[in-house]
Amino acid sequence: MAGDATARFKVGDQVRIRVGVPPTHFRTPEYIQGKQGMIDTLWGAFPNPESLAYGGDGLPAQPLYQVAFAQTDLWRDYKGPATDTLLIDIYENWLENI
Amino acid sequence: MAENGHGHGDNAEYYSLRAAAMQALLIEKGVCTLDDIMTMADKIDSRSPEDGAKILAHAWADPEYKKRLLANAEAAFLELGYDLPETSPKITVVENTDEVHNMAVCTLCSCFPRAIIGRPPAWYKELAYRSKVVADPRGVLQEFGTELDEGVQVRVIDSSADYRYLILPKRPAGTEGMSEEQLAKLITQESMIGVGLALAPESIPTS
Amino acid sequence: MPKVHDRGGWPNDDPIDHSEHEMEEWERQVDALNGVLGDKGLKNTDQLRRAIESLDLATYESLAYYEKWTAAMEMLLVEQGIMTSEEIDAKVAVLKEGQK
Repeated sequence: MAGDATARFKVGDQVRIRVGVPPTHFRTPEYIQGKQGMIDTLWGAFPNPESLAYGGDGLPAQPLYQVAFAQTDLWRDYKGPATDTLLIDIYENWLENI
Repeated sequence: MAENGHGHGDNAEYYSLRAAAMQALLIEKGVCTLDDIMTMADKIDSRSPEDGAKILAHAWADPEYKKRLLANAEAAFLELGYDLPETSPKITVVENTDEVHNMAVCTLCSCFPRAIIGRPPAWYKELAYRSKVVADPRGVLQEFGTELDEGVQVRVIDSSADYRYLILPKRPAGTEGMSEEQLAKLITQESMIGVGLALAPESIPTS
Repeated sequence: MPKVHDRGGWPNDDPIDHSEHEMEEWERQVDALNGVLGDKGLKNTDQLRRAIESLDLATYESLAYYEKWTAAMEMLLVEQGIMTSEEIDAKVAVLKEGQK
Protein backbone atom coordinates (compact mmCIF):
# COMPACT_ATOMS: atom_id res chain seq x y z
CA MET A 1 0.00 0.00 0.00
CA ALA A 2 2.97 2.30 0.30
CA GLY A 3 4.03 4.62 -2.47
CA ASP A 4 3.52 8.24 -1.57
CA ALA A 5 5.97 9.58 -4.11
CA THR A 6 3.28 11.47 -5.97
CA ALA A 7 1.64 13.04 -2.91
CA ARG A 8 0.79 16.67 -3.66
CA PHE A 9 0.65 17.78 -0.03
CA LYS A 10 2.98 17.48 2.94
CA VAL A 11 2.46 17.48 6.67
CA GLY A 12 1.66 21.00 7.88
CA ASP A 13 0.10 22.19 4.60
CA GLN A 14 -3.19 24.05 4.83
CA VAL A 15 -5.86 22.54 2.59
CA ARG A 16 -9.51 22.97 1.81
CA ILE A 17 -11.90 20.03 1.43
CA ARG A 18 -13.64 19.99 -1.91
CA VAL A 19 -17.42 20.52 -1.97
CA GLY A 20 -19.63 18.05 -3.79
CA VAL A 21 -22.24 15.37 -3.41
CA PRO A 22 -21.85 13.16 -6.47
CA PRO A 23 -24.57 10.53 -6.84
CA THR A 24 -21.82 7.90 -6.69
CA HIS A 25 -19.98 6.42 -3.69
CA PHE A 26 -17.40 8.62 -1.97
CA ARG A 27 -15.90 8.86 1.54
CA THR A 28 -15.84 12.60 2.27
CA PRO A 29 -18.57 13.57 4.76
CA GLU A 30 -20.45 16.78 4.10
CA TYR A 31 -19.71 18.27 7.49
CA ILE A 32 -16.08 18.93 6.51
CA GLN A 33 -16.70 19.95 2.90
CA GLY A 34 -15.54 23.49 2.18
CA LYS A 35 -13.68 23.61 5.50
CA GLN A 36 -10.05 24.49 5.92
CA GLY A 37 -7.73 22.10 7.76
CA MET A 38 -4.11 21.08 8.08
CA ILE A 39 -2.38 17.92 6.86
CA ASP A 40 -1.47 15.98 10.00
CA THR A 41 -0.28 12.67 8.51
CA LEU A 42 0.38 11.20 5.10
CA TRP A 43 -0.71 7.57 5.26
CA GLY A 44 0.50 6.51 1.81
CA ALA A 45 -1.50 5.64 -1.28
CA PHE A 46 -4.60 3.42 -1.26
CA PRO A 47 -6.95 2.09 -3.94
CA ASN A 48 -9.60 4.68 -4.70
CA PRO A 49 -12.92 3.69 -3.05
CA GLU A 50 -14.83 5.60 -5.72
CA SER A 51 -13.65 2.97 -8.21
CA LEU A 52 -13.68 -0.05 -5.85
CA ALA A 53 -17.35 0.57 -5.05
CA TYR A 54 -18.29 -0.32 -8.64
CA GLY A 55 -16.01 -3.30 -8.98
CA GLY A 56 -13.10 -1.28 -10.39
CA ASP A 57 -9.45 -1.85 -9.53
CA GLY A 58 -9.11 1.36 -7.52
CA LEU A 59 -6.23 2.57 -9.70
CA PRO A 60 -4.63 5.02 -9.83
CA ALA A 61 -4.22 4.75 -6.06
CA GLN A 62 -4.98 7.94 -4.15
CA PRO A 63 -2.65 9.38 -1.52
CA LEU A 64 -4.54 9.34 1.80
CA TYR A 65 -4.05 12.04 4.40
CA GLN A 66 -5.21 12.59 7.94
CA VAL A 67 -6.45 16.16 8.07
CA ALA A 68 -6.89 18.13 11.32
CA PHE A 69 -9.58 20.75 11.87
CA ALA A 70 -10.34 23.10 14.73
CA GLN A 71 -13.77 22.12 16.02
CA THR A 72 -14.73 25.78 16.26
CA ASP A 73 -14.15 26.04 12.48
CA LEU A 74 -16.58 23.18 11.85
CA TRP A 75 -19.51 23.98 14.10
CA ARG A 76 -21.13 27.26 14.96
CA ASP A 77 -21.75 27.30 18.73
CA TYR A 78 -19.28 24.46 19.36
CA LYS A 79 -19.50 23.59 23.05
CA GLY A 80 -15.88 23.31 24.08
CA PRO A 81 -12.55 25.12 24.06
CA ALA A 82 -10.94 26.40 20.86
CA THR A 83 -8.17 23.80 21.26
CA ASP A 84 -10.52 20.87 20.53
CA THR A 85 -9.84 19.24 17.18
CA LEU A 86 -11.24 16.73 14.73
CA LEU A 87 -9.13 14.39 12.62
CA ILE A 88 -10.39 12.64 9.51
CA ASP A 89 -8.81 10.64 6.68
CA ILE A 90 -9.34 12.16 3.24
CA TYR A 91 -8.16 11.05 -0.20
CA GLU A 92 -6.14 13.51 -2.23
CA ASN A 93 -8.78 14.00 -4.95
CA TRP A 94 -10.92 15.76 -2.32
CA LEU A 95 -8.21 18.23 -1.26
CA GLU A 96 -7.59 21.70 -2.68
CA ASN A 97 -4.79 24.17 -2.21
CA ILE A 98 -5.70 27.20 -0.17
CA MET B 1 -36.85 9.30 14.65
CA ALA B 2 -37.77 5.67 14.99
CA GLU B 3 -34.66 3.60 14.89
CA ASN B 4 -34.81 -0.11 15.11
CA GLY B 5 -31.15 -0.66 15.67
CA HIS B 6 -31.62 -3.79 17.69
CA GLY B 7 -32.92 -6.24 15.16
CA HIS B 8 -36.06 -7.43 16.89
CA GLY B 9 -38.58 -5.58 14.72
CA ASP B 10 -40.96 -6.83 12.06
CA ASN B 11 -38.16 -6.68 9.54
CA ALA B 12 -36.05 -9.32 11.25
CA GLU B 13 -38.14 -12.23 10.06
CA TYR B 14 -38.17 -11.00 6.47
CA TYR B 15 -34.43 -10.35 6.29
CA SER B 16 -33.38 -13.43 8.22
CA LEU B 17 -35.27 -15.54 5.67
CA ARG B 18 -33.74 -13.71 2.71
CA ALA B 19 -30.29 -14.14 4.25
CA ALA B 20 -30.91 -17.85 4.76
CA ALA B 21 -32.14 -18.14 1.17
CA MET B 22 -29.08 -16.37 -0.26
CA GLN B 23 -26.80 -18.52 1.84
CA ALA B 24 -28.54 -21.73 0.70
CA LEU B 25 -28.32 -20.64 -2.95
CA LEU B 26 -24.64 -19.75 -2.67
CA ILE B 27 -23.96 -23.20 -1.23
CA GLU B 28 -26.09 -24.94 -3.91
CA LYS B 29 -24.29 -23.04 -6.63
CA GLY B 30 -20.94 -24.06 -5.21
CA VAL B 31 -19.83 -20.47 -4.53
CA CYS B 32 -18.99 -21.35 -0.94
CA THR B 33 -19.64 -24.06 1.63
CA LEU B 34 -21.41 -24.01 4.97
CA ASP B 35 -18.05 -24.86 6.46
CA ASP B 36 -16.53 -21.69 4.91
CA ILE B 37 -19.24 -19.63 6.58
CA MET B 38 -19.05 -21.27 10.01
CA THR B 39 -15.24 -21.15 10.00
CA MET B 40 -15.41 -17.43 9.21
CA ALA B 41 -18.01 -16.87 11.94
CA ASP B 42 -15.76 -18.59 14.49
CA LYS B 43 -12.79 -16.54 13.30
CA ILE B 44 -14.75 -13.30 13.75
CA ASP B 45 -15.96 -14.45 17.18
CA SER B 46 -12.40 -15.16 18.26
CA ARG B 47 -11.56 -11.45 18.66
CA SER B 48 -12.97 -9.47 21.57
CA PRO B 49 -12.17 -6.45 23.73
CA GLU B 50 -10.08 -8.75 25.96
CA ASP B 51 -7.55 -9.03 23.14
CA GLY B 52 -7.18 -5.27 22.91
CA ALA B 53 -7.01 -4.95 26.68
CA LYS B 54 -4.19 -7.50 26.82
CA ILE B 55 -2.15 -5.64 24.19
CA LEU B 56 -2.75 -2.21 25.71
CA ALA B 57 -2.00 -3.40 29.26
CA HIS B 58 1.32 -4.68 27.95
CA ALA B 59 1.96 -1.19 26.57
CA TRP B 60 1.25 0.32 30.01
CA ALA B 61 3.63 -2.13 31.63
CA ASP B 62 6.46 -1.87 29.10
CA PRO B 63 7.35 1.66 27.92
CA GLU B 64 9.56 0.34 25.12
CA TYR B 65 6.70 -1.79 23.81
CA LYS B 66 4.41 1.23 24.02
CA LYS B 67 6.78 3.21 21.80
CA ARG B 68 6.81 0.43 19.24
CA LEU B 69 3.02 0.08 19.42
CA LEU B 70 2.44 3.78 18.79
CA ALA B 71 5.02 3.86 15.98
CA ASN B 72 3.88 0.71 14.15
CA ALA B 73 0.88 -0.97 15.71
CA GLU B 74 0.72 -3.90 13.34
CA ALA B 75 4.33 -4.94 13.97
CA ALA B 76 3.75 -4.59 17.72
CA PHE B 77 0.54 -6.69 17.53
CA LEU B 78 2.57 -9.38 15.80
CA GLU B 79 5.06 -9.45 18.69
CA LEU B 80 2.17 -10.63 20.88
CA GLY B 81 0.95 -13.13 18.31
CA TYR B 82 -1.79 -11.03 16.71
CA ASP B 83 -1.47 -11.32 12.97
CA LEU B 84 -4.01 -9.18 11.10
CA PRO B 85 -5.79 -10.99 8.27
CA GLU B 86 -4.66 -9.83 4.85
CA THR B 87 -8.10 -8.37 4.17
CA SER B 88 -8.14 -6.30 7.36
CA PRO B 89 -7.93 -2.53 7.12
CA LYS B 90 -4.84 -0.96 8.71
CA ILE B 91 -4.96 -0.39 12.44
CA THR B 92 -3.13 2.28 14.36
CA VAL B 93 -2.98 3.01 18.10
CA VAL B 94 -3.49 6.52 19.51
CA GLU B 95 -2.56 7.41 23.06
CA ASN B 96 -4.70 9.34 25.53
CA THR B 97 -2.60 11.47 27.87
CA ASP B 98 -2.90 14.18 30.53
CA GLU B 99 -3.16 16.69 27.67
CA VAL B 100 -5.18 14.98 24.94
CA HIS B 101 -8.26 12.74 24.98
CA ASN B 102 -9.00 10.94 21.69
CA MET B 103 -12.35 9.45 20.71
CA ALA B 104 -13.05 7.30 17.64
CA VAL B 105 -16.13 7.22 15.44
CA CYS B 106 -17.16 6.29 11.92
CA THR B 107 -19.80 8.81 10.85
CA LEU B 108 -20.30 7.18 7.43
CA CYS B 109 -20.74 3.55 8.45
CA SER B 110 -19.24 1.38 11.19
CA CYS B 111 -15.46 1.21 10.67
CA PHE B 112 -13.87 -0.32 13.76
CA PRO B 113 -10.60 -2.12 14.65
CA ARG B 114 -12.41 -5.46 14.39
CA ALA B 115 -9.31 -7.52 13.68
CA ILE B 116 -8.08 -6.75 17.22
CA ILE B 117 -11.14 -6.05 19.40
CA GLY B 118 -13.95 -7.75 17.50
CA ARG B 119 -17.31 -6.38 16.47
CA PRO B 120 -18.29 -2.88 17.58
CA PRO B 121 -20.87 -2.36 20.33
CA ALA B 122 -24.42 -1.65 19.09
CA TRP B 123 -24.37 2.05 20.05
CA TYR B 124 -21.23 2.64 17.98
CA LYS B 125 -23.12 1.71 14.79
CA GLU B 126 -26.27 3.65 15.53
CA LEU B 127 -27.31 7.09 14.39
CA ALA B 128 -27.26 8.94 17.72
CA TYR B 129 -23.56 8.34 18.35
CA ARG B 130 -22.51 8.86 14.73
CA SER B 131 -24.45 12.12 14.47
CA LYS B 132 -23.55 13.66 17.79
CA VAL B 133 -19.98 12.76 18.60
CA VAL B 134 -18.29 14.85 15.91
CA ALA B 135 -20.28 18.01 16.66
CA ASP B 136 -20.52 17.67 20.44
CA PRO B 137 -17.93 15.21 21.76
CA ARG B 138 -18.03 16.68 25.25
CA GLY B 139 -21.79 16.21 25.41
CA VAL B 140 -21.31 12.58 24.36
CA LEU B 141 -18.64 12.08 27.02
CA GLN B 142 -21.16 13.37 29.56
CA GLU B 143 -23.72 10.90 28.30
CA PHE B 144 -21.23 8.13 28.99
CA GLY B 145 -20.55 9.58 32.43
CA THR B 146 -16.96 10.35 31.49
CA GLU B 147 -15.33 13.35 33.15
CA LEU B 148 -12.10 14.81 31.85
CA ASP B 149 -9.70 16.95 33.84
CA GLU B 150 -9.79 20.68 33.24
CA GLY B 151 -7.74 21.75 30.24
CA VAL B 152 -7.67 18.41 28.43
CA GLN B 153 -7.98 18.78 24.67
CA VAL B 154 -10.63 16.60 23.04
CA ARG B 155 -9.75 15.11 19.68
CA VAL B 156 -12.36 13.23 17.65
CA ILE B 157 -11.08 10.83 15.02
CA ASP B 158 -13.52 10.02 12.22
CA SER B 159 -12.31 6.78 10.64
CA SER B 160 -13.48 7.45 7.12
CA ALA B 161 -10.99 5.50 5.02
CA ASP B 162 -8.33 2.76 5.30
CA TYR B 163 -7.24 3.16 8.93
CA ARG B 164 -8.96 1.96 12.10
CA TYR B 165 -8.16 3.56 15.43
CA LEU B 166 -7.57 1.78 18.71
CA ILE B 167 -7.27 4.14 21.68
CA LEU B 168 -4.66 3.48 24.37
CA PRO B 169 -6.40 4.87 27.45
CA LYS B 170 -4.49 6.85 30.04
CA ARG B 171 -3.11 4.61 32.79
CA PRO B 172 -5.01 5.42 35.99
CA ALA B 173 -3.24 6.56 39.12
CA GLY B 174 -2.63 3.99 41.82
CA THR B 175 -1.88 1.12 39.44
CA GLU B 176 1.89 1.02 39.93
CA GLY B 177 2.10 -2.35 41.60
CA MET B 178 -0.42 -4.14 39.43
CA SER B 179 0.30 -7.11 37.19
CA GLU B 180 -0.42 -6.93 33.46
CA GLU B 181 -3.33 -9.29 33.96
CA GLN B 182 -4.87 -6.97 36.53
CA LEU B 183 -4.17 -3.91 34.40
CA ALA B 184 -5.98 -5.52 31.46
CA LYS B 185 -9.14 -5.71 33.57
CA LEU B 186 -9.15 -1.91 33.82
CA ILE B 187 -9.22 -1.48 30.04
CA THR B 188 -12.84 -1.53 28.88
CA GLN B 189 -14.25 -1.54 25.36
CA GLU B 190 -15.51 2.02 25.96
CA SER B 191 -12.03 3.17 26.99
CA MET B 192 -10.55 1.72 23.78
CA ILE B 193 -13.04 3.77 21.73
CA GLY B 194 -12.43 6.84 23.87
CA VAL B 195 -15.93 7.40 25.19
CA GLY B 196 -14.72 6.19 28.59
CA LEU B 197 -11.61 6.16 30.72
CA ALA B 198 -9.82 3.10 32.03
CA LEU B 199 -11.39 1.90 35.29
CA ALA B 200 -9.95 2.96 38.61
CA PRO B 201 -7.98 0.18 40.33
CA GLU B 202 -10.38 0.03 43.28
CA SER B 203 -13.21 -0.89 40.90
CA ILE B 204 -11.92 -4.42 40.36
CA PRO B 205 -11.47 -7.20 42.92
CA THR B 206 -7.84 -7.44 43.98
CA SER B 207 -7.57 -11.17 44.62
CA MET C 1 -28.43 17.63 1.82
CA PRO C 2 -26.11 14.81 2.91
CA LYS C 3 -26.79 11.27 1.76
CA VAL C 4 -28.63 8.87 4.06
CA HIS C 5 -25.51 7.35 5.60
CA ASP C 6 -23.55 10.58 6.04
CA ARG C 7 -24.62 11.30 9.62
CA GLY C 8 -21.89 13.49 11.14
CA GLY C 9 -23.50 16.57 12.65
CA TRP C 10 -27.08 15.66 11.75
CA PRO C 11 -29.47 17.12 14.31
CA ASN C 12 -30.15 14.26 16.71
CA ASP C 13 -31.54 14.54 20.23
CA ASP C 14 -31.88 10.79 20.77
CA PRO C 15 -29.98 9.51 23.77
CA ILE C 16 -27.26 7.00 22.99
CA ASP C 17 -28.71 3.59 23.77
CA HIS C 18 -26.05 1.72 25.73
CA SER C 19 -27.82 -1.62 25.81
CA GLU C 20 -25.98 -4.39 24.02
CA HIS C 21 -27.81 -6.44 21.46
CA GLU C 22 -27.16 -10.15 21.74
CA MET C 23 -26.36 -11.18 18.20
CA GLU C 24 -28.78 -13.64 16.66
CA GLU C 25 -27.39 -16.63 14.80
CA TRP C 26 -28.65 -15.43 11.42
CA GLU C 27 -26.87 -12.08 11.95
CA ARG C 28 -23.69 -13.89 12.90
CA GLN C 29 -23.95 -15.86 9.66
CA VAL C 30 -24.59 -12.74 7.56
CA ASP C 31 -21.48 -11.18 9.10
CA ALA C 32 -19.52 -14.34 8.23
CA LEU C 33 -20.99 -14.67 4.74
CA ASN C 34 -19.93 -11.11 4.00
CA GLY C 35 -16.39 -12.05 5.03
CA VAL C 36 -16.42 -15.22 2.92
CA LEU C 37 -17.63 -13.35 -0.17
CA GLY C 38 -14.92 -10.77 0.45
CA ASP C 39 -12.20 -13.43 0.70
CA LYS C 40 -13.42 -14.97 -2.54
CA GLY C 41 -13.18 -11.62 -4.31
CA LEU C 42 -16.93 -11.51 -4.96
CA LYS C 43 -17.44 -8.21 -3.20
CA ASN C 44 -15.42 -5.57 -1.44
CA THR C 45 -16.26 -3.25 1.46
CA ASP C 46 -16.89 -0.25 -0.77
CA GLN C 47 -19.38 -2.21 -2.86
CA LEU C 48 -21.28 -3.19 0.28
CA ARG C 49 -21.22 0.43 1.46
CA ARG C 50 -22.38 1.69 -1.92
CA ALA C 51 -25.33 -0.72 -1.84
CA ILE C 52 -26.27 0.27 1.74
CA GLU C 53 -26.04 3.95 0.79
CA SER C 54 -28.53 3.40 -2.03
CA LEU C 55 -31.33 2.58 0.43
CA ASP C 56 -33.94 5.31 0.79
CA LEU C 57 -33.90 7.34 3.99
CA ALA C 58 -36.86 5.64 5.67
CA THR C 59 -35.44 2.19 4.97
CA TYR C 60 -31.92 3.19 6.05
CA GLU C 61 -33.27 4.50 9.34
CA SER C 62 -35.68 1.67 10.06
CA LEU C 63 -33.58 -1.39 9.26
CA ALA C 64 -31.29 -2.89 11.87
CA TYR C 65 -27.61 -3.23 11.07
CA TYR C 66 -27.52 -6.74 9.60
CA GLU C 67 -30.86 -6.18 7.89
CA LYS C 68 -29.17 -3.42 5.91
CA TRP C 69 -26.28 -5.73 5.15
CA THR C 70 -28.71 -8.38 3.93
CA ALA C 71 -30.50 -5.92 1.64
CA ALA C 72 -27.14 -4.76 0.28
CA MET C 73 -25.82 -8.26 -0.21
CA GLU C 74 -28.88 -9.14 -2.27
CA MET C 75 -28.31 -6.11 -4.51
CA LEU C 76 -24.70 -7.13 -5.08
CA LEU C 77 -25.35 -10.84 -5.69
CA VAL C 78 -28.10 -10.00 -8.19
CA GLU C 79 -26.04 -7.27 -9.85
CA GLN C 80 -23.17 -9.71 -10.37
CA GLY C 81 -25.47 -12.33 -11.83
CA ILE C 82 -24.69 -14.86 -9.09
CA MET C 83 -28.43 -15.25 -8.43
CA THR C 84 -31.72 -13.57 -9.25
CA SER C 85 -34.27 -12.08 -6.87
CA GLU C 86 -36.77 -14.64 -8.20
CA GLU C 87 -34.47 -17.46 -7.10
CA ILE C 88 -34.25 -15.88 -3.66
CA ASP C 89 -38.06 -15.48 -3.50
CA ALA C 90 -38.49 -19.14 -4.43
CA LYS C 91 -35.96 -20.28 -1.84
CA VAL C 92 -37.65 -18.14 0.81
CA ALA C 93 -40.95 -19.89 -0.01
CA VAL C 94 -39.30 -23.28 0.39
CA LEU C 95 -37.74 -22.27 3.70
CA LYS C 96 -41.09 -20.95 4.96
CA GLU C 97 -42.75 -24.22 3.97
CA GLY C 98 -40.09 -26.11 5.88
CA GLN C 99 -40.78 -24.04 9.01
CA LYS C 100 -44.42 -25.06 9.11
